[in-house]
Amino acid sequence: MRIILLIMVCLLGFIKTVCAWEFAGYAGIESLGFINDPMYENQHNHYLSGVVQPEIFHEWDDGRQSFAFVPFYRYSQYDNRRTHFDVRELTWLKAAENWELRVGIRKVFWGVTESQHLVDIINQTDLVENIDTEDKLGQPMINLALIRDWGTLDLFILPGFRERTFSGVQGRLRPPVPIAVGDASFEKHGIEKHMAYALRWSRSFDAWDIGLSYFYGTSRDPLIFVEFNRLGEMRLIPHYDTIHQAGLDMQVTEGSWLWKLEAIMRAGQGKTYFAGTGGLEYTFYSVFDTPLDLGLVVEYLYDSRGQSNNALYVFEDDILVALRFGFNDVQSTEILAGVLFDRTSSAKFYSVEASRRLGDNWKLAVEARFFSGASSTDQAYFLRDDDHIRAELSYHF
Amino acid sequence: MKKLLLASLFMLFAGPLPAMSPEQQGREIFETIDKRETGFGDSRADVKMILKNRNGDESLRLLEIKTLEVIGDGDKSLTIFDSPRDVKGTAFLSFTHALTPDDQWLYLPALKRVKRISSANKSGPFLGSEYAFEDLTSNEIEKYEYKYLRDEQLNGTDCYVVELKPRYEHSGYTRLESWVEKDRYLVLKIDYYDRKNALLKTLTFNDYRQYLDQYWRSLDQSMVNHQNGKSTQLLSENFQFQTGLTERDFDRNALKRSR
Repeated sequence: MRIILLIMVCLLGFIKTVCAWEFAGYAGIESLGFINDPMYENQHNHYLSGVVQPEIFHEWDDGRQSFAFVPFYRYSQYDNRRTHFDVRELTWLKAAENWELRVGIRKVFWGVTESQHLVDIINQTDLVENIDTEDKLGQPMINLALIRDWGTLDLFILPGFRERTFSGVQGRLRPPVPIAVGDASFEKHGIEKHMAYALRWSRSFDAWDIGLSYFYGTSRDPLIFVEFNRLGEMRLIPHYDTIHQAGLDMQVTEGSWLWKLEAIMRAGQGKTYFAGTGGLEYTFYSVFDTPLDLGLVVEYLYDSRGQSNNALYVFEDDILVALRFGFNDVQSTEILAGVLFDRTSSAKFYSVEASRRLGDNWKLAVEARFFSGASSTDQAYFLRDDDHIRAELSYHF
Repeated sequence: MKKLLLASLFMLFAGPLPAMSPEQQGREIFETIDKRETGFGDSRADVKMILKNRNGDESLRLLEIKTLEVIGDGDKSLTIFDSPRDVKGTAFLSFTHALTPDDQWLYLPALKRVKRISSANKSGPFLGSEYAFEDLTSNEIEKYEYKYLRDEQLNGTDCYVVELKPRYEHSGYTRLESWVEKDRYLVLKIDYYDRKNALLKTLTFNDYRQYLDQYWRSLDQSMVNHQNGKSTQLLSENFQFQTGLTERDFDRNALKRSR
């Protein structure tokens, strides 16, 4: 009898805990269409794909502790490298009065600018998802945040290196031969190749938000080297050096103005170099007494390496000009349209992103991206016929 | 606070009140409201927003709102979105100030990005509703100029009618007219006048409940826009006070772990 009672109590406890679990996420279908015929063999003009990302979340200890699990899967027609699974998040969090500890797989974002994210270095980019580099692979980590009067100091130990994802042989948005993922070379081997360490101090002073960061370990973005195998076939090998990177990110928020600056100094990947992104965002709120917000974004991108090297993309002397439309309607309609142009070459990259909620649970997102004027010495030259329109319809639950 | 007490003590013993100007009278009414509000500490509530368009089509937003009273400055608040589901986990952190611009941060869960946002968007709609950002921030005495207009009955309740003029920048209003119940000093209705001084919106406060034997909260508020025919109803549930929230629950670290 006592045992039955005990089992019942356990069961009730279990049900109660289970009920405190939250379930959310989304599933979507995507159409990725290219305007021009492919330049390389095995590529296609149109790709259908499906994506699902459920989220399981549990909170206890009055919100001081939580657990999150976010797996991700995309199936893509033709491109076997874009068909991929990842654990975006599998993490335990403990928050105390003046510290927070996070252990597990997570994503961390640092930075303020829109055109590129120089300072953001914790996670590897999931480049097959989107060339905007905003999708990231889950990174295993131990992260201790010390929260004091002088700001927040985040300390990271990052074991488990993740290689960048690249399009497969049947995929678009790639060089003439696919990048040889899996055959990557590393400066360090064994456990050292897998390790990275980082810290970041951040603080707000009135209108100022400032972050200073330092990273040591295997670089997230590889250099690409050309190699020929015994059959004389060209191969593109990603090479990951061990780097030191110091970063600064800063934003000043004054009235309708946002002033932004990101800068990094990196050593260990060829010559020590400096890169920076700086600019502003000005928003006209409630334009002509309508709910429309119109934002103007202007950013300058600098990289001391200049143009020719083995890096994937270098914005050495580029300007972004973009307009952001926030309609503030019930469907949260938004449009971001911009052009990134190289001041020295005449290469231009146009991008339009629009999204709108349909009903309560559906969302439609459309992106159009066009490349023009890249010279044959520019890395963007490979993308000259890869103008595309991407539409994703997703259901959020 | 001490000064206020001294001032009222002084007035008690000073004999018959000298006639007050309508400005003083209006301000005094709102100082009384403010005094009665002081000391709530912190609160949290689940809020359901029902947006209705001209044709009666409805759409729903679910929010959790946490508020921390800050003595000597504006309150801090954290709003966590639960629905619509595509913005679930988005959170909005706001430090209101009496006259200097508010500090506002937005957390975007998909990117794990905390964005400091401009607080010049005062007159913009909040989540596509008929509430503007400025309608939802805490009411600090210094934010307005006051003027007592008249006594008037509202649905049989004796009220003071007071005019409020925003003193902060970027407001979408020239003035507000506020009906304050005489007995309990509760705001029952506000008329908002736009930049052209035309009647724009009316907010009515229904279903007032008292918490901790002192603090009154309206659990059913309704904002009607007279110019576009749309309305937003704001229903609060599970109001809790003095739950032990601290400054730490309203910093950028807390913003990142809100869900």
